[in-house]
Formats: sequence, C-alpha cells, structure tokens
Amino acid sequence: MTRSLLTRRYLLAAGGALAATGASGLLVPAQAKGLAPTPSMRGGANNYLPGAPIVERIGGGGFWMSGTVRRAGDGAPLAGQRIQIWAHTTEGYERDPHSHGATLTDANGVFRLEMPQIVPAFGQPHGHLAYDSGEFETVFLRPVMASSSDTSLEAHFVLKPV
Amino acid sequence: MRLARQILIWAALGAAIAVPIAAAAASPLLAWRDPVYIAAGFAGIVAMASLLLQPLLVGGYLPGLPAARGRRVHRAIGGVLVAAVVLHVAGLWVTSPPDVVDVLLFRSPTPFSAWGAIAMWAVFGAALLAALRRKLRIRPQAWRLGHTALAAVTVLCSVVHALLIEGTMETVSKAVLCALVVGAAVKVAVDLKLWAIRPRRRA
Repeated sequence: MTRSLLTRRYLLAAGGALAATGASGLLVPAQAKGLAPTPSMRGGANNYLPGAPIVERIGGGGFWMSGTVRRAGDGAPLAGQRIQIWAHTTEGYERDPHSHGATLTDANGVFRLEMPQIVPAFGQPHGHLAYDSGEFETVFLRPVMASSSDTSLEAHFVLKPV
Repeated sequence: MRLARQILIWAALGAAIAVPIAAAAASPLLAWRDPVYIAAGFAGIVAMASLLLQPLLVGGYLPGLPAARGRRVHRAIGGVLVAAVVLHVAGLWVTSPPDVVDVLLFRSPTPFSAWGAIAMWAVFGAALLAALRRKLRIRPQAWRLGHTALAAVTVLCSVVHALLIEGTMETVSKAVLCALVVGAAVKVAVDLKLWAIRPRRRA
C-alpha cells in the first residue's frame, strides 16, 4: 500500500516536472519578438503646438527633461530624431508658445533639454513630449513626476517605422 | 453655558471652512497660475465647504438653524454648490480646454478626474430633483431616497477626487475637511435613517 502510494507520488512529481519543462520550452520563442513600440499616452497631445523650434534650452532652465529614442524590434538607438517638449512651468502655461521647445537625439539616441521647473497643473506635476517627424509613427508621451520637487524627468520612445 | 456651546459650534464650523481656504491661499502654486485658474481652484474648495454645510443644515445641527429653517438655507447652499461646481469646471475649461474635454469624456489620464466628473453629475442630479420636487409629483419617500443616494455619490466621489489631486489645497487641512464632510453626511444619514422606507425623524 505504502509502496504503491510512493510510486504514484513519484510518477506525478516526475510527470509534472517534465510537463513544466516542456511548457517553459514552448514559451521561449515568445521572447524573440523584440522591442515593442511605445504607445501614445492618454492626454499626451493636450496643448500640443506643432513645429516647436529647436532650442538650446526653454526659458531660464533649471529642470532637465531627458530620455532615449530607439527603433522598435531591434532596439537600435536612433540619432538625430526631433523630440518636442512642453509643460506647465514656473515660466508659463502648457499652451504658451514660450513653454514649447524641441531638441535632437545624439548618436546614442539620447536627448536632453533644459527647461524651467515643472509645477503641478491639473492635479499632477507632468510634462509632455512628442515625436511627429513622419519617418516613424507619431507618439505623444505624458510622464508624471514622482514628486513635484524633482528637478528632472525622463521619457523613453520606441518608434515604429511608418 | 448654552450660548458658549452655540458659539463654539459656529466657531468650529467657521474654522473647518476658513482654515483650508486660508492654507490654499498661501499655496506657492498660486504664483504660477493666472486669476481664472486660481478662481477655478477656489470654486472647488467652496463646493467642498458647501458639502460640509448641507448635511449639518438638513440635520438641524447648527445653533439657530433648526431643521425647518435649516432646510431653507440647505436649498440656498445647494444653489451655491451648483454654481461653485459650474465655475470650477468653466475656469478649468478656460485654462486648458483639451484637459477638461478629456475629463468630461472619461478619457483623462489623471485618476482623480473621473471621480470629479461623476460627483458633478450626481450633484446636478440631486439639485435637479430638489428644483423639480413639486413638479415631479413623486412619492416623498422615493424623492428622499433618490436625493440621498445622489448626495451620497456626490460626497464620496468629491472626497476621493479632492484627496487624489496635487493642487493648491494644503494636504492636512484638505484631509480634515474631507473627513468632516464624510462624518457630517454619515451622521445625518444615521440620525434621520435616510435609507429607511419610513424614516424615524428625530424629535
């Protein structure tokens, strides 16, 4: 009786382990799909003004908006991509043209633009970023600061070719 | 002694409303907002203060305003509340139209905005029921249950809305005001058994 129970238990354990190995083996190819494109965030395009000029910095600066731009699939960094940035800051509203500016990514696909301190507006301290140059699908981001006393904010783009 | 108690109750109520307004008036955020945006924010605080007064008036808890007279003032404050909510939304609309459109269509990224939109429609519903009380000719019990239900939704959603916002209100005074609003609503609901089919009115 005892022996037969042990035998069954052993069989179940061995069978289960085998099944788990097989299942995990079958799941592996799913990881090879590659980097998924970043979807636009809700409200990301609010108060967007097309054609923000490329600037050294927005207003007096003191706050850093940075991030990366990569290609969907292989994740290759994209150089020379124009990213537009705007926010409600100590120097103006989101809709004010002087609150808007743009910058280009460097050879590593990294962008970094100094701007005035972002202050909470409409209940959250947040910024807006846009990619809409046409080579890749348009993406609008709306990252939220963890704390309104932060002096920097990051946003990352993974773009899908059109 | 009775006079002292009356003065104390009014002073406490005055402080419960004045302190959060004064604290918001000292907010550093005001420096980076224009008058319309500032007015929209304060209209929201006035609406929350009205939500504290409404159950106190219905329950006849305020000295000099027993239930019968309190209800007349309750109707007037109801008008103030609706006007404050309209000014709140209109001021925000002027400040940033796309953000307000997103809220009203329930597609805003901010977690508090849906609560605010629901509270707005609930308070409009409660006020509409009050304005059409005679015309509608519904049974008083049904009317009371409907008005109570809409008021409860208004209170709950307004409090969640306010607590989730990072704005001009100072956090402690905001939390205290919200707690008082919920406490007053629960007290009047329990005292008057507002959910009962036949409420037992207090003497």
